[in-house]
Amino acid sequence: MLRELRPALVLFLFLSVVTGVLYPLAITGAASVLFPRQAGGSLVLVDGKPVGSELIGQNFTSPRYFHPRPSATSGPDPVDASKSGPLPYNAAASVGSNLGPTSKSLVDRVTASVAALRAENPEALREGLAIPADLVTTSGSGLDPDISPQAARFQVSRIAAARKLPEERVHDLILRMTQAPLAGVLGEPRINVLRLNLALDAMK
Amino acid sequence: MTITGWTLIAAFLVATVLLTPVAGNAMTRVMGASMGAVGRFFRPLEAGLYRLAGIDAAREQSWWGYALAMLVFKLVCFLVVYSFLRLQAHLPLNPLGLGSLTPDLAYNTAISFMTNTNWQSYAGETTMSYLSQMAALTVQNFTSAAAGIAIAFAVFRGFARGSAKTIGNFWVDLTRITLYVLVPGSVVLALFLVWQGVPQTFSNSIAVTTLEGAHQTIAVGPVASQEAIKMLGTNGGGFFNTNSAHPFENPTPLTNFIEMLAIFVIGGGLTSAFGRMVGDRRQGWAVFSVMAALFVVGVAVTYWAEGHANPAFAALGVDPGLGNMEGKETRFGIAASSLFATVTTDASCGAVNAMHESFLPLGGMVPLVNMMLGEVIFGGVGSGMYGFLLFAVVSVFIAGLMVGRTPEYLGKKIEAREIKMTMLGILVPPMMILTMTAIAIVVAPGTSAMSASGPHGFTEVLYEYTSAGANNGSAFSGLTANSFWNITLGITMMIGRFFVIIPALALAGSLAAKKTVAPSVGTFPTHGGLFIGLVIGVILIVGGLTFLPALALGPIVEHLAMGAGTLY
Repeated sequence: MLRELRPALVLFLFLSVVTGVLYPLAITGAASVLFPRQAGGSLVLVDGKPVGSELIGQNFTSPRYFHPRPSATSGPDPVDASKSGPLPYNAAASVGSNLGPTSKSLVDRVTASVAALRAENPEALREGLAIPADLVTTSGSGLDPDISPQAARFQVSRIAAARKLPEERVHDLILRMTQAPLAGVLGEPRINVLRLNLALDAMK
Repeated sequence: MTITGWTLIAAFLVATVLLTPVAGNAMTRVMGASMGAVGRFFRPLEAGLYRLAGIDAAREQSWWGYALAMLVFKLVCFLVVYSFLRLQAHLPLNPLGLGSLTPDLAYNTAISFMTNTNWQSYAGETTMSYLSQMAALTVQNFTSAAAGIAIAFAVFRGFARGSAKTIGNFWVDLTRITLYVLVPGSVVLALFLVWQGVPQTFSNSIAVTTLEGAHQTIAVGPVASQEAIKMLGTNGGGFFNTNSAHPFENPTPLTNFIEMLAIFVIGGGLTSAFGRMVGDRRQGWAVFSVMAALFVVGVAVTYWAEGHANPAFAALGVDPGLGNMEGKETRFGIAASSLFATVTTDASCGAVNAMHESFLPLGGMVPLVNMMLGEVIFGGVGSGMYGFLLFAVVSVFIAGLMVGRTPEYLGKKIEAREIKMTMLGILVPPMMILTMTAIAIVVAPGTSAMSASGPHGFTEVLYEYTSAGANNGSAFSGLTANSFWNITLGITMMIGRFFVIIPALALAGSLAAKKTVAPSVGTFPTHGGLFIGLVIGVILIVGGLTFLPALALGPIVEHLAMGAGTLY
């Protein structure tokens, strides 16, 4: 056994330097030259200031903006930092709800979300739109940047009324911002909520 | 379920088939004598390293010498990782000022990464410093994967050689796999991931002010370099708590596709390497066919199950069209999430792009069953192949019993010693999983960690020990591990790893020593449909007999309860 100790130690040290130090440093160096924007977190700048990351969802609550999916993340209470409470889209601590399909907490939570959506979007229900599943379920990461086209259409009447815009223009915007599956196969049709809301703000 | 979804699954299978011979050829060349022009440059450097380490590259080891070298190396790995994590607060590259880990958590994490399980009892972004992620964990991602592949090659040599005393040199195998397979593969994959949006930076978290004036803190880090080897080495331990569901680990549907391929490429390639090593490529394709068939069944069941909406939601007026979206990301949807869940549990990877705990009962049962079958459907890099060969040996043994002849596999007579070793490797991990589950659900420190009650709570516990025993590392993450869990899962992971490796190496040693006999008319051919069907049957029967009662108490009961509208 002692005879194997020297190879074990020398190889461990050598492989640690190669894979634990040189490899990540080389990737960091190459990434900062080749893809600096992505390597730094794909930040979206408005007037030179970051307003978020294109890849990380954020919690829009105003009726003037498209809302994202519910998020299960939590974080320090904004008033009393020693307490922890729900903090949707906390990108410093990702987490899913991890509630199973027969969980009473899950069904209670979805019931509350459905009620809230009904109250916020009465027009959509009058038009006969069904409640989109993604707007009442939390994502795996709690940081989902996207919503489905159905979820966006569901919110059109509310946004058009809040911004005094014709509904057709908001519908057109959704169509324009919808990402189709890559090569028709990879991914689901989806809309990046931050990009959509920025485009909404840019509308005259 | 949609045509697009099925097309995705078909495209993934085709891509895996195409990559298999390419990867198999590359690995066989790296492990053999010929590496062409690249070899002429690198082999002298390699020789220098061996001189420094006191390794005689020309001297091969017996099965026991090989196993001993591997165990000594693992001991060094464990001690170093444990020390790094215990001292984290005092080490550099810790911009968030994270504290050191507790003894039980450091112990659990060190074993978890050393055994290629990467079950995570912690949330990455709030627990591990950049130094711990890189110098402690990423190193293990490389070396635990390389050790697995090395052992697979040692076992292949046992089948390929006749009347031989040795099965290779562990140190040489470990070095070559790391330097010529895993590092180059990871460099390419990591740069691809950065291009698609995975961060790679040493800067602190980013603070932004949103359009509504709220503050958001965004955790970043050297993610891409760890992500690449996490997939390629079927490790599965994520940089962030939510693993490949996190948009920074898996930003686009394209990264999702490539990450899944990276999980399968080495495991698939090893079937081809096996065929090349034993001098009959059809043998490799027969193994591949068994694995591919079990994979397709698994993904079809998961996709079908997850395509349904939770019946409790439909009653509230929620559109059932999107399927079960709880715990899933919009960009992946049902098809890519079901496919990923199947791939990651077939392959002992354990990365997740959706929360398995929130799958519907039958959808979540498939990942569980994949792990229970012993992680032999492509499996972990190396471990899938040597685990599979144990089942192949049992299959030819059963075929031999049926016709009353001494069973042979690839010209080697399978006798009492081989069967004993094989059964040890097949039976010890399930015994560990079931015993530990039984203990955990009756003692207070076990049950206090459960987040769900009813059958789902039982499934949570069963899933954790299955994941640990099979060295997978995915989780029903609702469970909050305490020190009881950290310690018992650590033991389960170690037994699940080494009680397969050591019997597999013993089998290889004993096969290498045997003469290779020429096939006769009475030899059972192991490259045809009959053999493929027989191995599938053996894998399913062994797994089914062992775990069906436990499954009945968990996901099956929960499925019935969900249909009846019972909530817990």
